[in-house]
Amino acid sequence: METANVLLAVENLKTQFFTYGGVVEALDEVSFGIIEGEVFGLVGESGCGKSVTASSILGLVQKPGKVISGRVLLDGDDLLQKTEKEMNAIRGSRISIIFQDPTSSLNPLFKIGYQVAEPYIYHQGKAKKAASNEAVSILKQTGLPDPRDKAKNYPHELSGGMRQRAMIAMALTCEPDLLIADEPTTNLDVTIERQILNLVKDLQEEFGTSVLWITHDLGVIAQICDRVAVMYAGSIVEQADVRTVFRSPKHPYTQKLLRAIPAADSAGENLEEIPGSVPRLINPPSGCRFHPRCDHATSVCSEKKPIELEVSPGHTVACHLF
Amino acid sequence: MSTNLIECKALTKHFLIKSFFREIGKVHAVEQVDLAIPEGQTVGLVGESGCGKTTLARTILALISPTSGEIYFNGKDISKFSKKELKAFRKDTAIVFQDPYSSLDPRMLIADVVGEPLSIHGIAHGEDRDDLVLNLLEKVGLKVEHLYRYPHEFSGGQRQRLAIARALAADPVFILLDEATSALDVSVQAKILNMLNRLKKELNLTYLFISHNLDVIRHLSDIIGVMYLGKIVEQGSREQVFDAPLHPYTQGLLSASPSLDPDARSRTRDVVLKGEVPSAINPPPGCRFHTRCPSMRPICAKKPPKLKDIEGGHLVSCHFAGCV
Repeated sequence: METANVLLAVENLKTQFFTYGGVVEALDEVSFGIIEGEVFGLVGESGCGKSVTASSILGLVQKPGKVISGRVLLDGDDLLQKTEKEMNAIRGSRISIIFQDPTSSLNPLFKIGYQVAEPYIYHQGKAKKAASNEAVSILKQTGLPDPRDKAKNYPHELSGGMRQRAMIAMALTCEPDLLIADEPTTNLDVTIERQILNLVKDLQEEFGTSVLWITHDLGVIAQICDRVAVMYAGSIVEQADVRTVFRSPKHPYTQKLLRAIPAADSAGENLEEIPGSVPRLINPPSGCRFHPRCDHATSVCSEKKPIELEVSPGHTVACHLF
Repeated sequence: MSTNLIECKALTKHFLIKSFFREIGKVHAVEQVDLAIPEGQTVGLVGESGCGKTTLARTILALISPTSGEIYFNGKDISKFSKKELKAFRKDTAIVFQDPYSSLDPRMLIADVVGEPLSIHGIAHGEDRDDLVLNLLEKVGLKVEHLYRYPHEFSGGQRQRLAIARALAADPVFILLDEATSALDVSVQAKILNMLNRLKKELNLTYLFISHNLDVIRHLSDIIGVMYLGKIVEQGSREQVFDAPLHPYTQGLLSASPSLDPDARSRTRDVVLKGEVPSAINPPPGCRFHTRCPSMRPICAKKPPKLKDIEGGHLVSCHFAGCV
């Protein structure tokens, strides 16, 4: 693993939103690395900063938000130092993204075929005709039935699952090095979700793309990811390969979260509850942001932010217990 | 065996599609459904979007009237209820919706939101009402200081607690939970599920729990019905449906649900349901599932299968139940 090539390295990323209510400390020193060809999962509950991480990587943080410090290295090149023009050349070609809601991320006024062909025209300078042929062939690869006909349809004429396939096709047009998938299956039914998960996995293996998979669903993480980072209130609390996180989680938050999910043997019994609720990120708790809800909290937890410690090879935990 | 609180017989609901005052088609939302909800039990209805779960539930609560079929509440036909009986029925039944952001009136104080059923059914007024509301809030884990606040001041989990408090206000015997935890994070969901289980025991309630989340359904339900395109395709106890599913749709649904076990990956990749749910305007003839069924045979496209008791209350609607 040490010798593997790190494609994207996020280092001490700090993003804040300057609102009238105060400064929202959305990301607090987030660091992780994505290795070439792997599916890296980012999991956490709503408001923990998963999507802000994605938009910080892509340079899409909107005002009043701002990336305060940190580095985002794509093959050693810091994306945060790029100009808007340089980023435009990277977005959609080297890094692309699939969003949760395909309905609102497709333009309702353009035909599917044109929207999928657009990256070919924009990034690769292909002629319209050639681009639309390419679009049909990539739509076919995503398993869309009758791609030639569907390419002539508008987004509203397709079902949710089909639209998500079109989004995936669009994201893969330029064979990106990194695909960011921001909750792409959350709005879909389980049988369609399964189809999309298998599709992304197959295409990822075929194209050799790395994937950053963002979700709140630990089940999806278990099914598709190689390595996982668990986020809580703007920080990564635990990082390891997927088996380790599910078999022997070390951080109290990860442990509790896994036990809060109804399982086969939990019927009739009480589920684990995490006391309290997720803190607001304007004036977040001092020290470890999880300490007000943690059973193991000691005085040091409220004073000092824990550093990420490697407890076993490739398994880091940010907790004072270790 | 406990008695059935609610029983539906051959319940059918079609929605007409009209264009220029002409009927141009109909949505076969619920088709010939038989369902019994025994007193004190939780019945779980699971299925993908558009399968008719919510329509079935709303028909049961007399919020929409069925096209045909009967619904019995405590042995009485609800379509023959007088106005007075209907009001009593409304008091005995309650509903909790999926989205606590749209189900609470943003202009009403919590005391009024939760207290409204008390006024409507003439249970309490004025200060007495506030005392009762406070009692209800305590039951769902909220406090006295929440009484005079507005819904926007609460988080999603707290709002769902408020919706549950409102449902409990008129002392119902039956509560319909329509995707009540689907909008919540897992840690909040765990708290709500625990609370629902506790309230059910304390107040001797009967639940109809609707969800697309198989884990939640398994956790909460005693009896489970699996719906597909307006029909119940399989019904049985938790063990029957989850440990030994007989309908190919249930099998596909269970294997599609993402397991928390990273090592279960290779196994689940084999049984994938292909295609999408067909439209309920023109449902496929014969067995409605035959277009997606991995073990489809010629008879499936011609003859609709009946819901048969395979063994000990495990009902399956498939021509080849147990053989495939």
